[in-house]
Amino acid sequence: MTRAKHWHLDSVTVRFGDVDALCDFSLQVLQKELLVVLGPSGCGKSTMLRVLAGLQPPSGGRVLINGQDAATREPHKRGIGLMFQSHTLFPHLNVAGNLGFGLRMANVGTTARAARVAELLNLVGLSGFEHRSVASLSGGEAQRVALARSLAPQPALLLLDEPFGSLDRVLRDRLATDVPEVLRATNTTALHVTHDHDEAFSLADRLVVMDQGRVLRDGSPEDVWADPQSVSVAKFLGHKNIVKRGGELEVIRRDAATVSLTGELTGTALKSRFKGDHYELLVATDMGDLCFRVDRAHTSGDEVRLHINPSRVAKLNPNP
Amino acid sequence: MGRDRSRLEVSAGLPAKVVRATAFAIPAIFFAVFFFYPLATIFWEGLGSIGISKLTELLVSSRNRNVIWFTVWQALVSTALTIVIALPAAALLARLRGKKRLWLRGLVTVPFVLPTVVVAGAFEGLFFRLGLDSGGFRLRHTVWAILLAHVFFNYAVVVRIVGSFWAGLDQRIEEQARVLGAGKLRVFWMVTLPRLRPALASTAAMVFLFSFTSFGVVLLLGGPRRATLETEIYRQAVTRGDLQVAATLAFVQFLFVLLMVVVAIFLERHQPTPTGVATGNPKPLPKIFVGANLAVMFMLLGLPIALLVERSFAVGDSYGFNHYQALTERVPQLPASSVQALSNSLAYAMLATLLALLVGSLTAFFAVHGKANLPRVLDLGLTLPLGVSAVTIGFGILITLDEPPIDFRTSWWIIPIAHALVGVPFVLRCMVPVMRRIDPQLREAAALLGASPTRARLAVDLPIVGRAMLVGAGFAFTVSLGEFGATSFLPRGPDTLTAPLALFRLLSTPGELLRGQAMALTVVLMITVTLVVVAIEALRDREVAFL
Repeated sequence: MTRAKHWHLDSVTVRFGDVDALCDFSLQVLQKELLVVLGPSGCGKSTMLRVLAGLQPPSGGRVLINGQDAATREPHKRGIGLMFQSHTLFPHLNVAGNLGFGLRMANVGTTARAARVAELLNLVGLSGFEHRSVASLSGGEAQRVALARSLAPQPALLLLDEPFGSLDRVLRDRLATDVPEVLRATNTTALHVTHDHDEAFSLADRLVVMDQGRVLRDGSPEDVWADPQSVSVAKFLGHKNIVKRGGELEVIRRDAATVSLTGELTGTALKSRFKGDHYELLVATDMGDLCFRVDRAHTSGDEVRLHINPSRVAKLNPNP
Repeated sequence: MGRDRSRLEVSAGLPAKVVRATAFAIPAIFFAVFFFYPLATIFWEGLGSIGISKLTELLVSSRNRNVIWFTVWQALVSTALTIVIALPAAALLARLRGKKRLWLRGLVTVPFVLPTVVVAGAFEGLFFRLGLDSGGFRLRHTVWAILLAHVFFNYAVVVRIVGSFWAGLDQRIEEQARVLGAGKLRVFWMVTLPRLRPALASTAAMVFLFSFTSFGVVLLLGGPRRATLETEIYRQAVTRGDLQVAATLAFVQFLFVLLMVVVAIFLERHQPTPTGVATGNPKPLPKIFVGANLAVMFMLLGLPIALLVERSFAVGDSYGFNHYQALTERVPQLPASSVQALSNSLAYAMLATLLALLVGSLTAFFAVHGKANLPRVLDLGLTLPLGVSAVTIGFGILITLDEPPIDFRTSWWIIPIAHALVGVPFVLRCMVPVMRRIDPQLREAAALLGASPTRARLAVDLPIVGRAMLVGAGFAFTVSLGEFGATSFLPRGPDTLTAPLALFRLLSTPGELLRGQAMALTVVLMITVTLVVVAIEALRDREVAFL
């Protein structure tokens, strides 16, 4: 029986001067999953990836690859790929040279290399780009070449460090659907870090929220969204309505309210903004100002009655 | 107050065209009279008056062929050696941050700005102290002495240019290569080295040019029988008095230099500036690498200087200040005392600096803000003096400005002018990049805030350019203090004896006492130059340009 591959950061601490970039940080990645780590800029996401890849030695804790301590395994012998935010293509090599680099390191012959390069270019939708210079690529093309390059040596685990961060919205959305497809097509396990929660929710099989070098929440994207558990996670996910009701902290999702004459919550409309498929309503209630997505416009000063769907309300841990 | 205002009004009242024309005329006349006219005369003498057949005859003569071959050969080997020896130190500089970085940059720069005669003096001292002046391991008067001195000199060029470029390279590309399966050595060969190529190429061009036109080092360390084009021009013109042969050689030399300058400009233009920002926390280098680097630096750069100082105090078997005291007395070999020569040098350096600043800053202004094609023409035309050797400049002046109306040959004035000519390119190299980098939007912002174009320029440009000007002045000053190639063609007398000339005389005359005095003079000159360089380092913008 072959055991599934797994990667484990075990109580890892990384200290830069007086600052802990990672603090007693533990994380498991299992074979074939697409794990997304979500956190604000500077929360230690990139450091975590660098520790896994072996580019940053931890100040404390262990890195285990398939159960074995990887402390002495050099980056080029870990079988882990890494794709940076900016594409880091080799400027002195053309597209084929970039794609084939990892294969050359693995001593793959010229013919086999060329075949694999063509195959990968096809996979990322850039067939025939072999002899293009890196400088001639657009941002999205460069990013796709970088993805293909990371996949070329067939890493057991691919680390993606905000790979779409430098791209515009349209490209980002397109790659956010393309990349998981490519990863699944190649059976690649991936760990993706981002600060964009839309991106995180649309990609993740499993979602980890982190901040200040610590894990705050770990679960399926649906669970994390519906039940953030702590105020800081709720705030980071973009929840606005954090209220105190009956002595307990709760988060009310923006899609929890329906305008209804029989609604149990009354308030005064403060602002109503057209958002395309819905209106964003800011309403003053006895719990404070709340923000909801509703299906019609209001004039400020209007009396509003709302019905709150209790399944879209979650209790929060009072400790932040 | 009142006087200031009236003066402003007067200058504002002058037609702008007149001001501009005067500003343009000063550097134009200066270069025309002291650079292009002598250069053209050399061509005329070298090519025009003797004809092609005589020229080819001269060139195929075996002595001249050997001279040309040796000049090219030693420059190539010097370049290769310098790059190989200095590259690890460039890697070290690229990884250092903060104070340590400034220290390393500063220390390796000292040899580069030392006058050539000082370097030759230091190596003479080293050879005598270590017993390398004769016997089986003789280095004195060998080609090795020349190569060693060239590496000593140009080490800083490689370390600073390649080191700064390297520091700007995005290290994540190396990390990416690591993650893709390349070991450390392969990353260096396959990723780092190719990316360093632009910096390496322009550095190589520079070192080659410096070694090709090296004069003092070859003359003193190579011994009487080794000649490069530079020393051969000097020998033919000054020792043998054969101006025609000298002119021919100068012409050949000029063609080589022209070629190299064009190559250097081309390489510099096509040098992509590294886009990556130096990463905040570079990984520490292995201790053994740092140690080995420091050891090489000590052996190559520190030892010659240390032994030079030691030699300057050695009196027989003990130590004392005797050689320093002797500097105040005139020896028969010199027309004046060494102290007199030193004070001459300082006075000339000040004059030359002022002149170089005047001509240089006016030229820089037109090179940056000139209309139409003027900037491009000036760019090319003014890199030329940087490449044209000091010997050619001196020789040109020697054969042109010797009759009325401008008979400068007997007057001391020609010395600061020649020095300024050698110093102007350094002023330009300091000022032009800084001036080009000034964001025009700053000036526009000043204009929108109500400043007239002239005031906007004064308020915005002057503070930024002021510092670059000071740095340029520092370089012009050190260049003048150490100038030897051009000065060696100019008149000699008690008033016109400069410190490097005195040093050359002392070094090339045998005798232990004279050598001791030479060592003392070398130390004094070295300290003076080093102080100026320290001041420059304190003033200069961090990484703006090499020079």
